[in-house]
Amino acid sequence: MMTDKEWPLYEVFIRSRSGLSHRHAGSVHAADDQMALDHARDTYTRRSEGVSIWVVRSDRIVASDPAETAAFFEPAEDKIYRHPTFYDIPDGVENL
Amino acid sequence: MSTDPRLIDYVLRLGDNALVLGQRMLEVVAAYPELEEELANANFALDYIGQARLFYSYACQLEGNGRSEDDMAFLRREQEFRNLLLVEQPNGHFGDTIVRQVLFDVYYLALLEALKHCKDTGISEIAARAEKEVRYHLRHGAQWLVRLGDGTEESHNRVQRSLEQLWRYTGEMFAADELDAYMLSSYDGPDLEAIGEQWREQVGAIVAEATLLLPADQVMTSGGKQGIHTETFGYLIAEMQSLPRSYPGVTW
Repeated sequence: MMTDKEWPLYEVFIRSRSGLSHRHAGSVHAADDQMALDHARDTYTRRSEGVSIWVVRSDRIVASDPAETAAFFEPAEDKIYRHPTFYDIPDGVENL
Repeated sequence: MSTDPRLIDYVLRLGDNALVLGQRMLEVVAAYPELEEELANANFALDYIGQARLFYSYACQLEGNGRSEDDMAFLRREQEFRNLLLVEQPNGHFGDTIVRQVLFDVYYLALLEALKHCKDTGISEIAARAEKEVRYHLRHGAQWLVRLGDGTEESHNRVQRSLEQLWRYTGEMFAADELDAYMLSSYDGPDLEAIGEQWREQVGAIVAEATLLLPADQVMTSGGKQGIHTETFGYLIAEMQSLPRSYPGVTW
């Protein structure tokens, strides 16, 4: 039977080249995992944007709650000692 | 070294298969039910058109009398096209399109793999490039065939009928004519008998996974390699060539 139900949504993550990490590129609709991978390839890597693709069903992603932003993120804001900025960098060390 | 006219004929034949299949697929651009499949179809169609351009340009270079790839595509008559009958078959419904694609791509991929190692470097370079594209098309098409065959009762029955209807055009792919034999002996070209065996095995596996049945052995229809086409081909050529025929020398 034909139904007018939409295919589930998948989020697409692309690694643009070796050594970099995957970044969110967008989303596609697909009936199953393999189709999602194909759709991601055909939609988001047409202009050589990637060397690796991850897809994951959008409803399987667990996201932080915007209402909890304060509790989640603000406590880190005044803990400057967590940043590695209190070290003297030896002479001759570049790119640290 | 003087150019081998039979090599030119063979390169044109490769170009014709790619062009005609690409043209068929372009007919349904903007008519797909899903955006992502729409993009895939258009991408694949342009892959074939790109392959046709490479083959035609190479044929023109071998010929060396000033004809261009556009002349090959737009100014040859219907009987001068030597593509397989399978690739010129109408799109039909989505299942028909997918079956045509899988039956052809299994063959075409094996052919390109063989051509990669033939003695003519012009052909082998194009084949190496096209092979990667077609390997992906086949992955995509085979997945769809399994999805439809092993899907609902309706999709199963429809795609089984597609298989029955297109089967008669598959024999031609492996029926080596004089030119195929010449390419095999003189250029280490594809051995169509071996490719046929490989094809039956691979198609059999995909069809089995799709819970479909292979059609019974039957009389095969052929003629494409000799320029004798099925009825709908004239319309395809007419549409494809109408612009350059109506406005000779037009550029776009």
